[in-house]
Amino acid sequence: MTAERTPLYDEHVRLGAQITNFGGWLMPLQYTSIREEHRAVREAVGLFDLSHMGEIRLKDDAAAQRLLTRDLTPLRTGRVQYALLCNDDGGINDDVLVYAVPEGGYLLVVNAGNQDSDFDWIRSHTPDGAVFNVGREWALIGVQGPGAVALVQRVTSSALGGVKYYAFIEGRVADVACLISRTGYTGEDGFELFCGNDDAGRLWRALLEEGQADGIRPAGLGARDTLRLEAGMRLYGNDMDDKTNPLEAGLEWTLSLDKDFIGRDAIVEARQRGLDRRLVGLKMLDRNIPRHGYRVLRDGQPVGVVSSGNVSFTLGYNIAMAYVLPALTEPQTRLDIDVRGRASPAEVVSLPFYKRPHPK
Amino acid sequence: MPDLSGMRFSESHEWVKRDGETAIVGITEYAQSQLGDVIYLELPTVGQQLDAGGRLGVIESVKAASDLYSPVGGEVADINQELKDHPEYVNQDPYGKGWIIKLRAIKDNPKLLDQKAYDDFVKGKSPS
Repeated sequence: MTAERTPLYDEHVRLGAQITNFGGWLMPLQYTSIREEHRAVREAVGLFDLSHMGEIRLKDDAAAQRLLTRDLTPLRTGRVQYALLCNDDGGINDDVLVYAVPEGGYLLVVNAGNQDSDFDWIRSHTPDGAVFNVGREWALIGVQGPGAVALVQRVTSSALGGVKYYAFIEGRVADVACLISRTGYTGEDGFELFCGNDDAGRLWRALLEEGQADGIRPAGLGARDTLRLEAGMRLYGNDMDDKTNPLEAGLEWTLSLDKDFIGRDAIVEARQRGLDRRLVGLKMLDRNIPRHGYRVLRDGQPVGVVSSGNVSFTLGYNIAMAYVLPALTEPQTRLDIDVRGRASPAEVVSLPFYKRPHPK
Repeated sequence: MPDLSGMRFSESHEWVKRDGETAIVGITEYAQSQLGDVIYLELPTVGQQLDAGGRLGVIESVKAASDLYSPVGGEVADINQELKDHPEYVNQDPYGKGWIIKLRAIKDNPKLLDQKAYDDFVKGKSPS
């Protein structure tokens, strides 16, 4: 299958990006340096092309309640919540953002590589004509960092102060019709702007130009990964998959177990039986880099596996998320990571690794 | 443009420059650009013997861990201690302050490429 391109592909090439295939999409991995792009997001503003993400319009409330792990009743129009799509065995099909849109029903923002399988799954549980795969009609641009809100405010007449974290409005940004969402995957404040494909280049260039004064940098998937890891955010495909129980992944807060949803019974059963593993944060105590798939050891015996790991540019040490035996999840528990056959010391720490200084 | 005269290159993208009885080893501009941000190097200790084409250590970038190979044989005489705190020197100045190790008692490697041959080799690899 040929890889897909977002409407901003030419912009990335023009900016000199290194392009990588991510989930079937040709995306910028980095423009200049992951380190510099990471720093720009923590200290100024970063601009992300997220147009590869999928969007699924689901107009049937009952189907949404049955498919999503989290109760939608309290989700008011204009609000967003994080939830999971689980399979019958309680494994995670995808993690999604659920938007309660003014037209009624929901817009689900799903992972790029899952958008077609998610759509098939949802359609198989939804009455005909109530679900639409609209991911390829929408571009999505992330504006993230301590300077992001002020930057976007300068190019819109909508009052953004009232748009709380995990809320959204419709408005115009740089004269482009957008859904303006105060969400992100970096641990920083900022917006994710949904617009039509044809307007994406104009919006991207306008933000880059206006953001010069703020120290804006375009940021690729490399920085997106190191940023989300510091923020303790799970990455689908690395930190969870269709065999992962949400309780193992530390996502019990996304489960409304008092409602009926697909996977609920299996999850409850797994809890009663007792979990085999749980996701923890690990701080490396030496300079080695933990990576996906590396074994976690205790006294030389395997007790788990790293799901994500890298350097933390912000904290100055190396960090990982790993699945380990439930008895070894207390903070300060000493473990080792098998790095190329040698035991590298690590200790359990609570997630997230990084929290921004002044959360709104 | 740094002075690459007198340097020779391996197909695994290391460079070596003889300096009397010793030789300095690093990675090429092409290698650093492919690796991206270098964050850690696992290097041998002084006194260790390396074979030409043998494993020298590991270079970790944000993206991945990659093996480093010694372009010539010899005994490790020095390692660049600055890289401990500044691995980014490998990206910023791969032929200068981003050097990696020095060797002595050199056993030469006839398979190494001169600059022109290496440039051609890299061009043959690049997609455009």
